[in-house]
Amino acid sequence: MTSLARRLASANTLWIGLVLLGLIAVFGALRPDAVLTVFTLQTTLVETSVLLVLSVGMTYVIITSGIDLSVGSVLVFSGVTSAMTMNALNGGDATGAGWGTVLVGLAVALLSGAAWGLLNGLLVARAGIPPLIVTLGSFGAALGAGQLLSDGSNVSGVPDVLGEGLGTGTWFGVPNLVLLAAAVTAVGALVLGTTRFGRHTYAIGSNEEAARRAGIGVTGHLVRVYLLAGVLAGLAGFMALAYFRVASVTGHDTDNLNAIAGVVLGGTSLFGGVGSVVGTVLGVFIPAVLRKGFVIVGVNVYWQPIAVALVLVAAVWFDQSRRKARNQR
Amino acid sequence: MGEPLLEARDLVKTYGSVEALRGASFTAYAGEVVALIGDNGAGKSTLVKCLSGVEQPDSGSVLLDGEPVRLDSPTAARALGVETVYQDLAVAPDLDPAANLFLGRELRKPGPLGWFGVLDDKEMRRRAAESFRDLGVSLQSVDVPIGALSGGQRQSVAVARSVVWASRLVFMDEPTAALGVVQRERVLDVVRRVRDQGMAVVLISHNMPEVLAVSDRVEVLRLGRRVARFTTARTTVEELVGAMTGALSQEGA
Repeated sequence: MTSLARRLASANTLWIGLVLLGLIAVFGALRPDAVLTVFTLQTTLVETSVLLVLSVGMTYVIITSGIDLSVGSVLVFSGVTSAMTMNALNGGDATGAGWGTVLVGLAVALLSGAAWGLLNGLLVARAGIPPLIVTLGSFGAALGAGQLLSDGSNVSGVPDVLGEGLGTGTWFGVPNLVLLAAAVTAVGALVLGTTRFGRHTYAIGSNEEAARRAGIGVTGHLVRVYLLAGVLAGLAGFMALAYFRVASVTGHDTDNLNAIAGVVLGGTSLFGGVGSVVGTVLGVFIPAVLRKGFVIVGVNVYWQPIAVALVLVAAVWFDQSRRKARNQR
Repeated sequence: MGEPLLEARDLVKTYGSVEALRGASFTAYAGEVVALIGDNGAGKSTLVKCLSGVEQPDSGSVLLDGEPVRLDSPTAARALGVETVYQDLAVAPDLDPAANLFLGRELRKPGPLGWFGVLDDKEMRRRAAESFRDLGVSLQSVDVPIGALSGGQRQSVAVARSVVWASRLVFMDEPTAALGVVQRERVLDVVRRVRDQGMAVVLISHNMPEVLAVSDRVEVLRLGRRVARFTTARTTVEELVGAMTGALSQEGA
């Protein structure tokens, strides 16, 4: 068996995949006319793209047995700096600007995310402060900084070419936003599953001391993992900017928790050392499918967080009892 | 006996007001198992840490083949062919035995994929299986996470990892402490096999029968100093215990 197939079968991934298929089947059986349509599929995918990109970075962080609460705020910060830079380059309103401006905006978004990720990484790995505290700090600070820059209001003036190209454009019927998220996810999955960088990520989460003794540069690796999460949050900020055509300073307070929930639902262990990007994809779509399904079937949508909570707690409980059984040997 | 492979002279190491090593010396020759014994707090672990690059002594010198060396880090020690098996299992429980064996030294695929850091899992697994077979480590599968193996098998993998990469000397800090009878014998077999390949093995142990069974020489630490040296074939448990407790001491050890 290949290593990918082996990981799929051994982790909770297979079960989570079956749960997801089961949900789609149930909703599909209840309302086949509304659920199994191209439109429903497209909108579900688009609405999940931004969260998926955040969750890919979060997967790496959680596998090192860390956590990153700051991703939603970094997303906001990156969107604000990117939109404001694009506006500044075009006399205050970038609506009519061209691709050159868009590329500068992308670079600014990625760099903004990288800066916060680097700060998180240095504080966690160099200063040895627990990741929960570090990223709780940057969760507040990045949002505050974004709101300071934008005077607390949303930033509009997003170039039309960006909105029409990346935001709502399609390529053979597949939304460009989805294509970008899929590409990021595929690269993230390959790097984690097949490369030395990925192997060291697992090793550090599994036993940091053992990794250090094996000669792995643990400090540098952790900085790079948080940096990666930051850059992906920056990219997610740029994607949200393209889709909504505005850099919103509100509405991202729970992005971090949604990303963590998706990652953990996908079989990645909060204790570190175990997990996969493939699992995260499945985990991110469970809440999305539940929400969409409840709306279509006509269940009160407030049931969705409750249903997600149940699945989440069950998934973690399952992970814990599996570990306990193993460690008793 | 010829030139010592590794020699430590007058090492001093203090942690705050605690003097862990007070001028400790130590000698190991190629092709021998030397047991390092001493009561709790005698400084065995600190000495091994200083000689494997985990800690740096405050003063004193370390010589390899008669040449002074600086062991700034475990990596520096490893580059000189010195490996360590730690008392607390230094393995990643979520990775499989092959991944653990190659941890920090992963093989990459040949060609462009390797430039991106893509690992050659197949080759690593093949070589790992070969090494385990050579060392007599039997695992029912090289595909499961190491955490799912028994304590003895886990320790065998940890021992194998150090042995495979060492070219000169292996430190083993209580390698059999957590093991059953059969597994203990297996690890000791590995120890003998490594010695027969011409490497030096430094065995830290509390278990006197084990020390007498497997070692060629014994060096005794007490209160941070070397207090006695014995040739195993000409000593007894009573003598060793006497040296450990201070009832017996040798001049110029």
